[in-house]
Amino acid sequence: MSAPTDPCAPLLARAEALLEDLSLHGVAAWKAAHGGAPAIGIMPVFAPRPLFEAIGVLPVNIYGGGDRVDVIKGDAYYQSYICHIPRSTIEMGLGGQLDALDGMVFPSTCDVIRNLSGMWRMLFPQKYSAYLDLPQTFEAPLGGLFYRHELSRIAAELVARGARPLDADRLREAIIVENRRRALLADLASLRAREPWRLKASEAYLLTRAGAVLPCAEHIELLEAFLAAAPERPVRAYDNVRVIVLGAFCEQPPIGLIRTLERSGCDLVDDDFQLGLCAIDGAIPLDEDVGDQSPLDTHDPLDALVLSYTLRGQATATRYIADGVKGEALVNRVRTLGAEGVILAAPSFCDPALLDQPMIEQALNDAGIPFTSFKYAENSAQFQTIREQAGAFSDSVKLWGAA
Amino acid sequence: MSTQTASLSTPTTARAAGPAPAAKDLSQQRQKEMLADYFEKLTRAKEAGQKIVYTFVPGNLNELIAAAGMMNVLPEINALQSGMRGRSGGYITEAEKHGHSEDVCTYVKCDIGMMLNGNIGPTGTKLPEPDLLLLSYTGCFTFMKWFELLREHYKCPVAMLHVPYQPEGRITPDMRKYIVDQLEKSIIPALEKVSGRKLDRDDLAARMALSSKAEDDLVAVWESAKHTPSPIDGYFGGVYYIGPIFSAFRGTQGAVEYYRELRAEVEERIRLGLGPVGPDGPIGPERHRLVVEGPPNWTSFFDFWRMFSRENAVVCASTYTRVGGLYDLGFRHDPDRALESLAEYCLGCYTNLGLPSRIDLLEKYIREYQADGFLINSVKSCNSFSAGQLLILQELEKRTGVPGGFIESDLVDPRYFGKANIDNRLQSYFQMLDARKARGYA
Ligand code: SF4
Ligand code: SF4
Repeated sequence: MSAPTDPCAPLLARAEALLEDLSLHGVAAWKAAHGGAPAIGIMPVFAPRPLFEAIGVLPVNIYGGGDRVDVIKGDAYYQSYICHIPRSTIEMGLGGQLDALDGMVFPSTCDVIRNLSGMWRMLFPQKYSAYLDLPQTFEAPLGGLFYRHELSRIAAELVARGARPLDADRLREAIIVENRRRALLADLASLRAREPWRLKASEAYLLTRAGAVLPCAEHIELLEAFLAAAPERPVRAYDNVRVIVLGAFCEQPPIGLIRTLERSGCDLVDDDFQLGLCAIDGAIPLDEDVGDQSPLDTHDPLDALVLSYTLRGQATATRYIADGVKGEALVNRVRTLGAEGVILAAPSFCDPALLDQPMIEQALNDAGIPFTSFKYAENSAQFQTIREQAGAFSDSVKLWGAA
Repeated sequence: MSTQTASLSTPTTARAAGPAPAAKDLSQQRQKEMLADYFEKLTRAKEAGQKIVYTFVPGNLNELIAAAGMMNVLPEINALQSGMRGRSGGYITEAEKHGHSEDVCTYVKCDIGMMLNGNIGPTGTKLPEPDLLLLSYTGCFTFMKWFELLREHYKCPVAMLHVPYQPEGRITPDMRKYIVDQLEKSIIPALEKVSGRKLDRDDLAARMALSSKAEDDLVAVWESAKHTPSPIDGYFGGVYYIGPIFSAFRGTQGAVEYYRELRAEVEERIRLGLGPVGPDGPIGPERHRLVVEGPPNWTSFFDFWRMFSRENAVVCASTYTRVGGLYDLGFRHDPDRALESLAEYCLGCYTNLGLPSRIDLLEKYIREYQADGFLINSVKSCNSFSAGQLLILQELEKRTGVPGGFIESDLVDPRYFGKANIDNRLQSYFQMLDARKARGYA
């Protein structure tokens, strides 16, 4: 008897091919099909994609070279105690793999990405390079206005380099499409949380990450197709431990590492791997009543984009949480998803993630939630130790409900 | 920020390792008295009803804090002092035992370790706990995490001042306005709430006028190193000179007098044709003039300095002494535009400048101070300084033709100061500079 076929397999294969397209052939094809319209790389963690789409620019989230780029030149730019993603990104830039991009945007994630923005400016002077200073104050008249100006500035600079002028109607349209994507990503997340055997974390990863290189409308088609076909997947439920992974929001773990975690008895019911696409909770509040946020107004699409970040940005290590409580968002997430434990997975030498960890651990301890932690690099090839650690963690949670 | 005011802590270590520079000078004596007095006041602060603000060196709002009637404590300075007093290794281990990663900034871990051990400051007495954490977020993201960690411990209010980065080395009106608006709407109200009194804006302006006077004299001291021989060491000695202005004394009469005296002493040294005083006394005839990028190491500060002074190598300019303000590029605190000028100060600290601007500045120093070498001390702790330094090295060599040296250490983690290795590297570097000179490249 032949094995039942998985109707989602071609969709996942397409998503994996996009992940492996490190030379951005797909982006080059998009440009050719759009009269040479600009494509702009965005470093982790976050820049608002609808802004770029509205001016006819393809935003491409760049996550370094993963485990498939041999870093030779990039190492000449970084000391051993700096994380891996900037060196593989430079390697790709110098090796021509990012040639399809007309420029790069460096959000204010950390000192490494901040300084990389200046290095990029010097190494690739012919390309556009922008630093996007995301606000760390979230009141509309302060950080809100500042951020609005940052977005307008970047849009104007791109318009001067051949993008379409920023127009309220087109931005509104781009936000509506983005909100559709956001709803589908939420559906994907809830399917995975409900039936992690039907949608594994590694598959959710591929499907989400496809949005890093696709125009929003195409990503929507992929997500819709997957969600429509998912109920037909031949699946078998496992008695795994439900865990959330946190700390991997910038330099990405190799897909092999995610699969290793899955094979170690863990259902990863949520993670922050692709925070760049998921950094906003819920929809961009276009025309929504969000209380008095003057001088911003959600009827103005640019203001709505600004407010999505200031009001709905997810709690993460690179965002100041003001009066919030560290770890509270994670603890709530654990409760909501019925997770039984947390894996804190941070890239080696990642200051934001690693400095956050003691506070997150404290919050988990206080809430009685078991956790384990490890470090990785995007080019890690040996997963055995991590497999054993995650396996021991899942066993202990199963046996005693605590690590 | 990786800042110093070695002067706050040196006496014990300095005595053990050799005399501190210009130990007999009036300015040195005054600095010691100022510090002793300040720490004495800090010890009694709580009983005197004095409110305490913890804040960082770069972009510090000292005039504003003082005009609000409060005193500052600078955790970076506590960390460097712990480094110089041989305590940092233990503090860092303590923090790591409490779950802090070995990969992150050791200033943070040193401070946390000190806090966990009773928060005993450089004078051996307990530092007062903060009434407010003033998180002025300039030049480094780790600051934000640092105060998030302290907030967990102290459970006190935090006032956040987000200072935008200068990717193109240019302050735009929007950046300035953003900071001024935060000062008006968020920071000043937070200070007033904690101090329980209205900010005295006349007092603020008066303090800024004092800052400006001291800044004039500090710049004269820095620029004295353009003379040959240089009368000062602008890195190892320089960390003493910036002590008062980078810490609690900017905007005080004490700082004005200290810098006036220091300037007079330095001018006298020029008149007498004297070079700087090193850790073991006067440095011999100037053999190498260097520019240094990156913070010093504090755990072996005097050993590190000796590696230079022994070779008669003098640092004529350093970027580290500019982390608390780039006064030699013309910035002055301006009493007539108090908040705007504070905004420009915060924006203008060295590590808040884009990498291309940092390279331009280093190039300017190499040319204007007629350096025959430049050296990068890349510290493991500090991505803010270190990420990109290898490109800085390449670019500066290309632009100036002056050979660069590159060494790696850390600020306060003794595990990362490989004495023999650094010494070997420096000796080879100085030999190379000699050989180059012999070939007529001076
Ligand atoms: S991995 Fe961490 S330290 Fe490295 S660039 Fe990303 S956020 Fe910054
Ligand atoms: S990372 Fe550097 S600048 Fe930031 S606190 Fe640490 S030593 Fe100071």
